Amino acid sequence: MTLRRYLILGGMVVFGAVGDVCLSRGMKGIGAISLSGLYQLVPAVFNPWVSVGILFLLVFFVSYATALSFADLTYVIPATSFGYVLIALMSQFLLDENVTVMRWIGILLVSGGVGVVAPGPSLTKRRRQQELMPTTFNTAPEGSNG
Amino acid sequence: MRAPLYTWLSIGLMVFASTAGDCLMSRAMKHMGSPIELWRKAGVWTVMRRMASSAEIWIAVAFMAVAFFTLLFALSWADVSLVVPAAASLTFVTNALAAKIFLHENVDRRRWAATILVCCGVALLAGT
Repeated sequence: MTLRRYLILGGMVVFGAVGDVCLSRGMKGIGAISLSGLYQLVPAVFNPWVSVGILFLLVFFVSYATALSFADLTYVIPATSFGYVLIALMSQFLLDENVTVMRWIGILLVSGGVGVVAPGPSLTKRRRQQELMPTTFNTAPEGSNG
Repeated sequence: MRAPLYTWLSIGLMVFASTAGDCLMSRAMKHMGSPIELWRKAGVWTVMRRMASSAEIWIAVAFMAVAFFTLLFALSWADVSLVVPAAASLTFVTNALAAKIFLHENVDRRRWAATILVCCGVALLAGT
């Protein structure tokens, strides 16, 4: 894994977490939506907080698509789960949500998955890799060294 | 206090839609290669044309849209610090299974260990 690729994974963490917190702030302002009032989700998209959240999540999506082009799905998702810690910190200090001690332990365990999986290989080595990857414009496979 | 039934039904739908979307997107991006490299070498229109011509990407985006609107629905009922980690962590487990079965990824002991850590974390998140 190169520094640039780690930066792309870092971008996923930050933009994903900030986007989710913005969505939460916006939806809390709108109030609870019942199953019979699902149409209310459409105007909710134009709420400023929800709109900003969507912009952040679009950047997250580009980072995510790029990450999936050079690493396995089962590497990318746990390697970026540090975002949960960011969400917990922001929801406690910015949204005044109650994050209990047990939730903190749960979030730490989830984040522990990052420490386990991140140093491992990022891409499955396979014979068909050359067939799957395009002949032009692709990034070099990482092999089994992550 | 336990989250309402709507919240957990929403989390279940988000997990299914996210897993389907993630697997399809992963498969499509492995075929396409890095969009940033492609952008640099052939321009933004080439990137957009390639992405727009991929049926897998369209279906993946449709599943992600379902997951997104379900997230909005769930966030109107429950705390973000419960909904997002619970749904994303459960998605991690289903993704590991789906990636092994459908994408033939090498989900080794290291990745399963991470899965177990996440499962324990979800159990704590859900029980508080």
